[in-house]
Amino acid sequence: MSKIQSLDALRKLQKELTSATDLREKGQNIERLVQVKVSMSTCGIASGARETLAEFMRLAKERGLTEIVFTQTGCMGYCHSEPTVEITRPGEEPVVYGNVKGDRIREILDSYILRGEMVDGIIPTAYRTIHE
Amino acid sequence: MSRADAKGEPQPMPEIKMHLLVCCGTGCISSQSDRIVESLKTALKNRNLQDEVKVVLSGCFGFCEKGPIVKVAPDNTFYVQVCPEDAQEIVDEHVLKGRKVQRLLYVDPETEEHIADSKHMGFYKKQMRIALRNCGFIDPENINEYIAQGGYQALGKALSDMTPKDVVEEMKKSGLRGRGGGGFPTGLKWDFAAKQQAGTKYVICNADEGDPGAFMDRSILEGDPHSVVEAMAICGYAIGAQKGMVYIRAEYPLAVKRLRKAIDDARTTGLLGEDILGTGFSFDIELRYGAGAFVCGEETALIRSLEGERGEPTSKPPFPAEKGFWGKPSNVNNVETFANVPVILTKGADWFASIGTEKSKGTKVFALAGKVNNVGLVEVPMGTTLREVVFDIGGGIRDGKKFKAVQTGGPSGGCLTSKHLDTPIDFDNLIAAGSMMGSGGMIVLDEDNCMVSVAKFYLEFTVDESCGKCTPCRVGNKRLHEILEKITQGHGTEEDLALLRSLAQTIKDTSLCGLGQTAPNPVLSTLDNFWDEYEAHVREKRCPSGKCKALLSFVIDPEKCKGCTLCTRVCPVGAITGKVREPHLIDQKTCIKCGACVSACKFDAIAKK
Repeated sequence: MSKIQSLDALRKLQKELTSATDLREKGQNIERLVQVKVSMSTCGIASGARETLAEFMRLAKERGLTEIVFTQTGCMGYCHSEPTVEITRPGEEPVVYGNVKGDRIREILDSYILRGEMVDGIIPTAYRTIHE
Repeated sequence: MSRADAKGEPQPMPEIKMHLLVCCGTGCISSQSDRIVESLKTALKNRNLQDEVKVVLSGCFGFCEKGPIVKVAPDNTFYVQVCPEDAQEIVDEHVLKGRKVQRLLYVDPETEEHIADSKHMGFYKKQMRIALRNCGFIDPENINEYIAQGGYQALGKALSDMTPKDVVEEMKKSGLRGRGGGGFPTGLKWDFAAKQQAGTKYVICNADEGDPGAFMDRSILEGDPHSVVEAMAICGYAIGAQKGMVYIRAEYPLAVKRLRKAIDDARTTGLLGEDILGTGFSFDIELRYGAGAFVCGEETALIRSLEGERGEPTSKPPFPAEKGFWGKPSNVNNVETFANVPVILTKGADWFASIGTEKSKGTKVFALAGKVNNVGLVEVPMGTTLREVVFDIGGGIRDGKKFKAVQTGGPSGGCLTSKHLDTPIDFDNLIAAGSMMGSGGMIVLDEDNCMVSVAKFYLEFTVDESCGKCTPCRVGNKRLHEILEKITQGHGTEEDLALLRSLAQTIKDTSLCGLGQTAPNPVLSTLDNFWDEYEAHVREKRCPSGKCKALLSFVIDPEKCKGCTLCTRVCPVGAITGKVREPHLIDQKTCIKCGACVSACKFDAIAKK
């Protein structure tokens, strides 16, 4: 590692290094971020949930989005519509989208996650979690 | 590493989606957390996830009671008491399938609910982490993670945008007081050193943490060594020193290793050494090992030891700020004090001064130990009550026993009792209550602790650790200890009680350094708060909590004894006699009070009196 020559260089280096700890930083303030939970049930993974998560993360990085956090969750029970993704915008009710793959990933990211505009494919949730 | 799909086409490198933080503080490592790191890495490789998930070794999370800790980011899952064997399950369930491993989650003792997120645990709710801000968050051996958290920017700001005087003023304004025990205002100390005219000055970090049961400084050095390195450089700039020394205990090998690496990395990146950040300021740090003598925590003794002399205190004045290391002006601060400095400069003195009480600003780290449910490292704002620390954060007394006292300030401190539970903790309140802040050891005592024995324990420590230079400390404390020994043996007299107090007061008034001046505190404070226990020992030859063996007798209740002879068989000295199916008898002269008969008796017929 070369020597840091000035305070500005240090600040620049900090920006480059944010990825070192930003997952942890996000975990600390998770309520203030858009939370995207990808269901990693067996049928979900078989339907491409892992690729969906990777694509979401790739697109978010491409767009330079920082106020968004991706986590995984277990089976949500919507085996008919895997991969399923639950999205919680700060202060809003969570929304579950089904069959999230291919172009739908981009669509959901750009419309719902970024602008809050609903897109087709919402799975009406008839459950309540114990966290509520 | 290149990856290929089934057709052999290269795939883009996946994003890291998860961090697994494994506590690698001394406590957790002794429970094999270093093996957990390896097991997790292997488990990830088994599932081909090594490029998506990063295993990070971190500093202490503080919740040592439940260690080893593994924390998952970003979903903030907090696994407790993890074994290396659990690694594959964590990877298969949590990392791969998104299911939390329920059996490794913390269970709230009251509601019996599994709590996944540490933010919802009683232990963390009332804490505020300033000195420990990076402990359990960053990899202490990776300077990049410290820089990513804004590390070294306080130093950069001081060097580029502030004059040394500005830095001193900012420290004064913050109200930070020394965390090593005395509570002397840090800004003032820096000011004295800054005002000395001398070519060479020294910044000294006191990492000679010596109070029994205290591990705050060790944990900071193990979990966030760069914060201390950065602060020392800031202090060097403020007082006009180019050389820093860390006096650290050789028995803290992990802290030494991480601090050494931090200093090396800081040097390589130009954050220590010549012309730091192109500002022309030069500063470097050297480590010196202490052999673990308690008196070397006293700054003048520390300086003597640094010079290679015997660790003996000298009288003040001259203060180290005037004549310190090799007779040059030196500023000595403790580890936790330094750890607060970078935050004060980045967030501002006003922010820091807004936390805490009128005369004690900021937070204090305590090593919570003893008969409390949640043993660990806690950091709370000054002004938090003892009740909050012991009952809300500490989770109350073990095994449902009754709270008796909290010993604070180590061998120099005293005991706080239930009447002090609602006293806000700060430097002045603790002194008013007959104890002191000390470096932050907090030992919780329950109804089973004998307070005379507690006083004796601390005195034993100071008698051992006294350097022997001045008579009051060398001889006085020895005599004080003998009187306590006599009392716990059941030979104490009324005169002894009076002598205890007057001798303690004399030692306090006439000793040379802080060690001797404070050594009688545990005696005085227990005399004040637990006079009835001393009385019981002396007048009734009875130890109310049943700890003092000499005052204890085991007696068989003839009503309850069935004459089963089990006790005669377990008694190692043959003190119990009796015929089968007839009540037995213990010969008090032969009995060594080991208690084997009590644990063996199936009829609850043997009582301690």
